Amino acid sequence: MGQQHDAYFVPAKSYWPFVAAVVMFTTVFGAAHWLNAEPGDAGFGKTVLTVGVIGVLGMFFGWFRSVINESLAGDYNHQVDTSFRMGMMWFIFSEVMFFGAFFGALFYIRMFSVPWLGGEGHGTLTHQFLWSDYAASWGANGGNGPEHAGGAFSTVPAWGLPLLNTLILLSSSVTVTIAHHALRAGHRGKILLFLGLTVLLGALFLNFQAHEYIEAYKELNLTLHSGVYGSTFFMLTGFHGLHVTLGTIMLAVIWFRVLKGHFNKDHHFGFEAVAWYWHFVDVVWLGLFMFVYIL
Amino acid sequence: MSHAATHDQHDDHHGAPKSFFQRWCMSTNHKDIGTLYLVFALVMFFIGGSFAMLIRAELFKPGLQLMQPYFFNQLTTMHALVMIFGAIMPAFVGLGNWMIPLMVGAPDMALPRMNNLSFWILPFAFTLMLSTLFMAGGGPAGGWTMYPPLSLQSDSLAYVVFAIHLMGISSIMGAINIIATILNMRAPGMELLKMPVFVWSWLITAFLLIAVMPVLAGAVTMLLTDKYFGTNFFNPGGGGDPVLYQHIFWFFGHPEVYIMILPAFGIISEIIPTFARKPIFGYKAMVFAIASIAFLSFIVWAHHMFAVGLPMGAEIFFMYATMLIAVPTGVKVFNWVSTMWGGSMTFETPMLFAIAFVILFTIGGFSGLMLALVPADFQYHDTYFVVAHFHYVLVTGALFAIIAATYYWLPKWSGRMYSEFWGKMHFWNSVIWVNVLFFPQHFLGLAGMPRRIPDYNVAFANFNMISSIGGFLFGASQLIFLGVLIHGVWFSKKKATDRVWEGAKGLEWTVPSPAPHHTFEVPPVIHDDELAHGHVND
Ligand code: HEM
Ligand SMILES: [Cu+2]
Repeated sequence: MGQQHDAYFVPAKSYWPFVAAVVMFTTVFGAAHWLNAEPGDAGFGKTVLTVGVIGVLGMFFGWFRSVINESLAGDYNHQVDTSFRMGMMWFIFSEVMFFGAFFGALFYIRMFSVPWLGGEGHGTLTHQFLWSDYAASWGANGGNGPEHAGGAFSTVPAWGLPLLNTLILLSSSVTVTIAHHALRAGHRGKILLFLGLTVLLGALFLNFQAHEYIEAYKELNLTLHSGVYGSTFFMLTGFHGLHVTLGTIMLAVIWFRVLKGHFNKDHHFGFEAVAWYWHFVDVVWLGLFMFVYIL
Repeated sequence: MSHAATHDQHDDHHGAPKSFFQRWCMSTNHKDIGTLYLVFALVMFFIGGSFAMLIRAELFKPGLQLMQPYFFNQLTTMHALVMIFGAIMPAFVGLGNWMIPLMVGAPDMALPRMNNLSFWILPFAFTLMLSTLFMAGGGPAGGWTMYPPLSLQSDSLAYVVFAIHLMGISSIMGAINIIATILNMRAPGMELLKMPVFVWSWLITAFLLIAVMPVLAGAVTMLLTDKYFGTNFFNPGGGGDPVLYQHIFWFFGHPEVYIMILPAFGIISEIIPTFARKPIFGYKAMVFAIASIAFLSFIVWAHHMFAVGLPMGAEIFFMYATMLIAVPTGVKVFNWVSTMWGGSMTFETPMLFAIAFVILFTIGGFSGLMLALVPADFQYHDTYFVVAHFHYVLVTGALFAIIAATYYWLPKWSGRMYSEFWGKMHFWNSVIWVNVLFFPQHFLGLAGMPRRIPDYNVAFANFNMISSIGGFLFGASQLIFLGVLIHGVWFSKKKATDRVWEGAKGLEWTVPSPAPHHTFEVPPVIHDDELAHGHVND
């Protein structure tokens, strides 16, 4: 479709962007209704939300399929490839800043708000007038604030499942890199093996995280309601888990594409984009392991 | 802003758009998408403007006249959200969409389909947000800054948060597109340091957008979970802190105000050289000043929180850091004035708005400096002085630049000259009434009138009445703008030449007027003397 002469390429018209806007709207409109529904009549919001989510999935499927077909047809030249790469890099940067907001909140809470509530430094008055018996500390004794929001709880020890998960994610970064090298060298079997391993490691990570959450809720009484400790713990690990889920799905898609013979040694933006994303998810986890679990 | 006459013969490459839906909803054309952005911004400008008229009507006299306080608070909140996210930002993206490819010799934006998505998210996001006004509990009323715990009291929170998520996604994708276009799509010969200042300003703005929109998304997500899922980020009882929200919000919020002014700087740096018939004074200094302002904008956020009770060290750091911004800003003002100095100037409408920008934006900068002083801000904070400050930088700053850009490039878009007489009518009415509207607010603020309150002490009555009269007339003047636009797009008999303005330089003036549906399909070969800054050596 796009004119090939010389260098420039402009893609053909597509209805996917408009569809995307519609289904995104449907999703959040349903979600907002559902959040505000009176107990017992969540029906309307939930239905709209479900339709929206199915629509979003369908949209991703359709849009990516058409892009993949165009790519296989050889429509995309080097310049388009560079644009895609830049797009992905800046997208990852935006994700970094999104996590940055939550890490920032964690640091602020640990460095300032909790100590101040305990009467240290700048916030002495709140301490004196409202909660003079609150002895600030992080973790199980005090991490849920002066009113012990959510009740007594214990924390997830860093050196159990979280350590295992760290090793899993680190090895998955290695396997995805091996797969990348194999792609450059053109060894399809090796790509499938190591990319497949990466997908499995991702799934294993998610499995362990699910176990960890169940244990936190059932045995440790560590919940989303456990004061700021619970808030930061679950929001940070939760958003990270969502990203691992997304990454694993994307890796799986790439695996199937490799199986179908897509990509060659100098035309594999899709593969690289997902690999970058995976490394990014990995780095975020290292931050989490450090600041949420160990320290 | 339509070029229906030309698109048929030019759209054959992809099959001419057969229907309205194909042309406008499935577009991959930067000009059509730019037009959509601009029209959307104009609609939002009038919606937000009607809220402002209601606010000024209520404040015309002391006492409650027209509405309940809760509705008044919804109006101030919605006015700000609509103007910031619906009018100013989309207008700049629309201008960027239209002009950046033309200015760097690219056939289109780097990622045209994503471009279309960025736009189409917006009407939906604003439908979602504005719909809350018609719901049982009413719209958000806690101010555009959405401070908890106040903002958590309204059921509209979920709608607003999701609307902001959508706007954020749209802005981030728009910004990614602009960066990729500028870095990857420039024609051979268009070196970075030969780009128009407008393109530079957008490159840096896009970086700011990608850096801070996700932070806003994070902040409002925490609001959402605090209200609906029982987290405690902003609840001291659970170890959180409402001030934390303010930190995160303003880490976004201050760069955000520069997102709304840097492209304006770019526009003014295009217009003044054209009508002074002189190259911009200190091109590199201009680029460097924009970059330093962008950098500094990340380390000044707490100047919005001086009165919240920060540790003394923080107050002092943020005070000095904030005042530092005046230095690169001063460089810009100096260079605009120096560009005009000794030039052979003419005063067409875009130039009039640009000159008014330079003067009035500077007033806003000075009131900003006053606010940056911690001890003074203890007095000024949350008064009408702040309102006066940000309306000088945003209305006579950002908005005037957008209007100037519209007059400047409209002939290129539509192929027709707008009416210079009515353009000047629009200018003089705007510039007079905007000052009648906002200047007295400085005095109100210094005398202690708080912002966001529907009633006030009778002592403030006179200035408020003057301000309201200015407001109504400023609002009415914008109807002239609407008329000039409609006439200039469809009805004007006067055809525009390709160069449009005698002193205009740059690639965008080398294509026909109206710009054909597709331009630069083959990379143009660029010679330095076609560029506005082709011979930079200072
Ligand atoms: C010399 C440059 C500037 C300085 C020193 C400055 C300083 C300040 C300070 C200290 C405040 C907080 C006042 C308070 O709440 O007590 C403020 C508020 C504000 N400024 Fe500026 N400013 C500058 C330029 C700008 C520009 C260029 C814009 C936008 C284009 C802008 C938009 C705003 C807005 C929107 C607010 C109010 C936010 C709110 O509370 O709703 N400022 N400024
Ligand atoms: Cu600021």
